[in-house]
Amino acid sequence: MKFAIQINEGPYTHEASDSAYMFTKAVIEGGHEVTRVFFYHDGVNNGTRLTTPPQDDRHVVNRWAELAKENDLDLVLCVAAAQRRGIADADESKRNGKDADNIQEGFRISGLGQLIEAGIQADRLVVFGD
Amino acid sequence: MSEGTTKQFLYVNRKAPHGTVYALESLEVVLIGAAFEQDVRLAFLDDGVFQLMKGQDTTGIGTKNFAPTYKALGDYDVNKIYVEKESLDERGLTEDDLMPLTYEDEDDDWAEKSSIKIVSRAEMADLIDSSDVMFNF
Repeated sequence: MKFAIQINEGPYTHEASDSAYMFTKAVIEGGHEVTRVFFYHDGVNNGTRLTTPPQDDRHVVNRWAELAKENDLDLVLCVAAAQRRGIADADESKRNGKDADNIQEGFRISGLGQLIEAGIQADRLVVFGD
Repeated sequence: MSEGTTKQFLYVNRKAPHGTVYALESLEVVLIGAAFEQDVRLAFLDDGVFQLMKGQDTTGIGTKNFAPTYKALGDYDVNKIYVEKESLDERGLTEDDLMPLTYEDEDDDWAEKSSIKIVSRAEMADLIDSSDVMFNF
């Protein structure tokens, strides 16, 4: 079965990203496919490489990036949500006249159409967050 | 994208228009999604019914007043808007407290019709049950 995942909350404040991560892992281990993980609202904060949690805690951002690398996952941050919250890749940074970018490798920034498309293509869209 | 796939999309709006960003960013998904020619329905329940209140004014809180955008939904062919009666009742509201949202029916000589339908909690459950893709904001 094809699953698309939507994550609406940032890391650490909410457990949504943790739950989504474990669910995504379970889906893959169960022999299913995750066609896209789409980060919306504060969920875009899961994609900044500047995240530095204490060493004895899980690293939510790196964990996603590693899972994506191992399984060729498509991790997408919503561009409109990312712009509001200061998450940028090199292109976005340049376009908006900023002096830095902060996206974690393994994530990409794209439009909301990617979320709609994921909903159309997947058999199940599973949403994590409030 | 798979050509010709049409699914029942349901956007469930459950939060007040201000206080959190969910309502505004839900509306942004609806507007983008309208370009994908899917069967789109919007549901408003719980505090989400406040999103459609008449006469919203955000000058006191300094946030963007996006309420007028709901009136444009008809132009995007988003004209199936369901509001839960129990949620209105629980908040002392009636349909008269909501903004009139209309669309022009191309199958009826472009007659202007209301996009809003007041439904019971049981009917809302059926709506959710009959949807293929549900966004919950």
